[in-house]
Amino acid sequence: MTDTVADRMAKATPPGVARRIKGLSDRAIAWAFVTPTIILLLAINIFPLIWTIRLSFTNYRANRPNADVEWVGLRNYERILTDSDIWLTMQATAHFLFWTLFFQVLIGFTLAWLINRKFKGNDLWTTIIVLPMMLSPAVVGNFWTLLYQPQIGLFNNIVAFFTGADPKAFSMIGDVSLAPWAIVIVDTWMWTPFLMLICLAGLRSIPDSIYEAAECDRASKWRQFWTITVPMTLPFLMLAVLFRGIENFKMFDLVVQLTGGGPGNITTLTSIDLKREAFEKWRTGFSSAYAVILFVTVFGLASIYVKALNKVKER
Amino acid sequence: MSSFSITEPSKRQKTIAGVLVVTYALITLLPLLWLLATGFKTSSDAIAYPPKVIFEPSLEGYVNLFTTQTRQSEEFLAANPPETWYEEIVHEKGMVIAGPSRFGERFMNSVIIGFGSTFLSVFLGTLAAYAFSRFKVPLKDDLLFFILSTRMMPPIAIAIPIFLMFRQVGLSDTHAGMILLYTAVNLSLSVWLLKGFIDEIPREYEEAALIDGYTRFQAFRKVVLPQAATGIASTAIFCLIFAWNEYAFAVLLTSGTAQTAPPFLPTIIGVGGRDWPAVAAGATIFLVPVVVFTILLRKHLLRGITFGAVRK
Repeated sequence: MTDTVADRMAKATPPGVARRIKGLSDRAIAWAFVTPTIILLLAINIFPLIWTIRLSFTNYRANRPNADVEWVGLRNYERILTDSDIWLTMQATAHFLFWTLFFQVLIGFTLAWLINRKFKGNDLWTTIIVLPMMLSPAVVGNFWTLLYQPQIGLFNNIVAFFTGADPKAFSMIGDVSLAPWAIVIVDTWMWTPFLMLICLAGLRSIPDSIYEAAECDRASKWRQFWTITVPMTLPFLMLAVLFRGIENFKMFDLVVQLTGGGPGNITTLTSIDLKREAFEKWRTGFSSAYAVILFVTVFGLASIYVKALNKVKER
Repeated sequence: MSSFSITEPSKRQKTIAGVLVVTYALITLLPLLWLLATGFKTSSDAIAYPPKVIFEPSLEGYVNLFTTQTRQSEEFLAANPPETWYEEIVHEKGMVIAGPSRFGERFMNSVIIGFGSTFLSVFLGTLAAYAFSRFKVPLKDDLLFFILSTRMMPPIAIAIPIFLMFRQVGLSDTHAGMILLYTAVNLSLSVWLLKGFIDEIPREYEEAALIDGYTRFQAFRKVVLPQAATGIASTAIFCLIFAWNEYAFAVLLTSGTAQTAPPFLPTIIGVGGRDWPAVAAGATIFLVPVVVFTILLRKHLLRGITFGAVRK
């Protein structure tokens, strides 16, 4: 393998010669290969983003393309930041983000830790646990509304079976106090495997020798867990939280199918609210400003978080 | 504890861990099994109280999914006896089949848009990833980060100008428009994943080929591509799953011709309430390919979901 004629020649030939061999130059190939991707991304991501920023300073409405468009300066931004309804959707999003991440980290890490006990057949069961994550959130979310039906829903009946409550007595998606939890439960069901897989990779990256050394030093299992297992999986865990955090900040499909933002506005996450402003009320200028604010928020939070993540990695 | 390793979990530990994980897996599977079962129930069994675990299987849901039906008078039904098994199922409810439903069309849209965008994003992604992996591209890190950052935008946020843009150039509600859009969204994933896979192929292979008189392009095509085949295949499956599952863009930008299955399935309504067996039947048909792919992909799953950031 390592000593074919070609290999020996490759080693003996200075790299400059190889580059001058017939055909396109490396430089030309590099450009030819990268350009289509960059052009497509500029056309379908960056150009629209710039257009959104432009629209955000106007009072344009997409359902009246022929009406006069006025520049309104920062008025859209001002209105959004002082709108109490939008602050409520921000709160709903924060509730959703916090609790989904909390449960997913807790359950995901525990599962990974258990799977790492390497019991027989753990590969098969890992694959089964992963399934919900790969499925279409809109389609699955829609089916969960059947599971959540009062009286006939499987979820209600299982809860009733274990707690003795009446399955007719509560409606997970109809009750103002339960709906925020209904979306947290389904999201946790779907995405816990994501945390689990990444934590598992983290746990498997810890070399046995570290535990062996700790064992020699007579460190208790409890102490080993907190001084070896947790700190060494932390960078992986934080990366997983970053991914889920960004995804759940953008959350739309699952929740819109489950609750449609209701009852009232209790589960109206920012993306759902944005969709209403943009595609139902057709306040294009206003919703563009809204979109810009959301994007800046995600980007800002993510950058701060990545800095923290890098600090953890350095330790 | 085994004698040769102090870090190997004890037998009892393994059993307890196994029981807990299997319990969780079964709970996780329950909604999906319920979905599968509901597809084979009659409409009344699907909403029975208490929920029916054991029921007589019926294909009513699947028949409803693929057909549209109209109610007919007793005389008409008596005069036109059913000819096939599916006509009989409909007949028993006092209806006749009026024609095919839209499901087949929507499913085909999903297939066309899914495969089209997957092909394009893997094709462009492979080229770009190769260039990023092997050559000195100016501002490489910035470009790579830029490619990744396009994924951070909420879909609704870019949907507004894309809606306007597509309307302007006549791409609204077309297959081409959706394929382009999904390709752009998937490019970040495909470039990052494929760069990881290509980085792992030793450069010596290509260099040997160059010495043998191959051009750089031939070396790429005949040496690198075959080596990267597994990576390309798993990237393709990830792109396909994304395009297959995507809902936000589909619901906002398509309504008729190019509508995919995810925005269509939730709109299935029956006579007098939601037709849950039909919904479940549609969802089952729609989800099965992804389940198969997930099983095929299991070795590369972690890599795919983290954009190549975590490799096992």
